[in-house]
Amino acid sequence: MTIPRYWREFQHRYRLIGTKCPKCGRIYFPPREVCPYCHRESIGKMQKVEIKNTGKVYSYTVIHQDVPDFKFLKPYLFIIAEMDSGVKVSGQLVDVSPEDVRIGMPVRISFRRIREEDRAGIIEYGYKFIPDE
Amino acid sequence: MRDVYIIGIGQTKYGEHWEKSLRALVVEAGLKAIEDANIYSKEIQAIFGGNMSAGSTIYQDNIGSLISDFSGLSVNRIPAMRIENGSASGGAAVHAGFVSVASGFYDTVLVGGVEKLTDVSMEDQAEIVSGEVDQEWELFNGGTLAGLQALMARRYMHEYGAKREEIAMLPVLSHEHGSENPYAHFRNRIKVEDVINATMVADPLTMLDMAPASDGAAVLILASEEKVRQIKPEVKIKISGSAMSSDFMSLQSRENLLELKAVRDSTEKALKMSKSDIKRVKIVETHDSSSIMGLLILEEIGLFPKGKAGKYLEEGYGHKDSRVAINTSGGLKAKGHPMGATGIGQIVESVIQLRGKAEKRQVHNADMALAINVAGTGSASISHVLEVV
Repeated sequence: MTIPRYWREFQHRYRLIGTKCPKCGRIYFPPREVCPYCHRESIGKMQKVEIKNTGKVYSYTVIHQDVPDFKFLKPYLFIIAEMDSGVKVSGQLVDVSPEDVRIGMPVRISFRRIREEDRAGIIEYGYKFIPDE
Repeated sequence: MRDVYIIGIGQTKYGEHWEKSLRALVVEAGLKAIEDANIYSKEIQAIFGGNMSAGSTIYQDNIGSLISDFSGLSVNRIPAMRIENGSASGGAAVHAGFVSVASGFYDTVLVGGVEKLTDVSMEDQAEIVSGEVDQEWELFNGGTLAGLQALMARRYMHEYGAKREEIAMLPVLSHEHGSENPYAHFRNRIKVEDVINATMVADPLTMLDMAPASDGAAVLILASEEKVRQIKPEVKIKISGSAMSSDFMSLQSRENLLELKAVRDSTEKALKMSKSDIKRVKIVETHDSSSIMGLLILEEIGLFPKGKAGKYLEEGYGHKDSRVAINTSGGLKAKGHPMGATGIGQIVESVIQLRGKAEKRQVHNADMALAINVAGTGSASISHVLEVV
C-alpha cells in the first residue's frame, strides 16, 4: 500500500469519523459522500461525525486463514459490532479469548496496530475492538 | 424487447488444470460452444467475457482482447469486452450479452467466463478471492470473504436457532449431485460430520463449507429468434428472465446481515419478466460460495422459510428427485468456483438439464430453471430464468 492510500483515511481510521446526512439524519461508517436515501439533497452537505466508540458484538468469527497480511495473527477474532450510535462497524476483537466472546457482549474501539509492510515499509494503524466490561 | 435464446454451450472440467493456461481454458470451452451451436465462428458478432481476477492471478488484463484473439475471432474485428463483478462476473456477462441481443443490436453473441487460480499460491488465493469485499473497510482490518460469511452464519444460528448440522446440509447435497457430474471439481460424496469436523476456515465455517478455488471456463452462445429459426435447434431454450441488482458493498453497511436484498430483487424481476413464479421452477442453481450464502439465497427467493432451509434439505428437499432440484451441477461447492466462469457454468448446467442430457443427475420433466450468481456477501446478484419453449 502506498503511503497516500493509507494516509488519506487517517481521521476515519484513527478517530472513527463517519458521515451524517443532514436531511434524514442517518449516520454512515465507512464515510460516504452521498446519502443513498436523500441523493442530490445530501450532496456537498454530508457532515463529519465522530462515532461513539462503544457498542455490542452483533456477530463474531475466528478466522484461521493464511492471508498474507494477517497470518502471524491467526487465529484472530473478527466481529461486527452494533455501535451505540446505531451504525455497524466490523473489525478485529482483541484482548479476549474466543471462548469468552458472545453476541451482545459490550465492546469498545481501541487504537491499535493493524499491519506492517516489510522492514522498510509503513506501519498501518487503525481501530480494533476490546471488551468493555 | 426481443426474445433471447441459448443455442450453444461449452465448458471445461472445473478443477486444478496445471497443464492449461487461462487462454487455453477459455478457448477449449469456446470452441465446444460454437460447435454445439452448429454455427461458424464468423457468425459471432460480439464477445462478453466474464473474469474476476486475471489482473491479480496472472497479471493479465485486457481479457476481452485475449479471448477474442485466441478464439480466432480478432481477425473478424468484433467487439470483445471483459465484464468484472467479482464472483458474479459470469452472470453479469450473461446479462450484458442478453441485453445486447434483446435490444436488437446483435443477433449472435458469445458469452464466456474463465478463471485461472492455480497459478498463484493458496495464501495469495485467499487474498485475491477476498478482492470482491471492501478493501479499505473490510479486508484492511482482516475481514476476509470467508470471515464475513462466517459472521452471517453465526448470526443465522443466533437469530433462527439453526443448528450447525443444518447449515452443513447444502455442501452434502452439492457433493451428492456433483458426484454425478463429469465436469465437477470434486466427485466425492461427503457427510454432515465431515463438514463439521473439517479444517476450520472461519468459525463456524470449515473447509467443506467453502467453495474451492478452481480453474475453469464456461461459454454460452446467445441468439435472437431470427437466428434460432435458421439454426433449428433440437430443444429451443429461451432466457425468459434476466435481471441484475446491487446492494451495499460491505456487510457492516447492511441493516440486517441475513437479508440479501439484491438477490431478492434480481430474482423477483427475472421471474416477473418470465411471467412466472418460484413455484414453477424445477431446478435452482444457488451460489454456494459458502454453505451459508447458498442457504440464505434459497430462503431469500422464497423457496424455504427464513432460518429453515437446512431443515428442509434434511427432509430431502433439493434432491434431484424432489419437487425442486438444487445444485444438480454440484454447485460452487462440488462443481467448483472459477469465479468468472461460475455464473455462466450454472446456466450451462441448466441448459444440459433442459435438454434432458444430464444422464444420472437428470431431473425428471425439467422445463424451467433458475440460476443465481452473487458477488461477495451479496453486493451484486444476477438471476436468470431459462425455459424450454
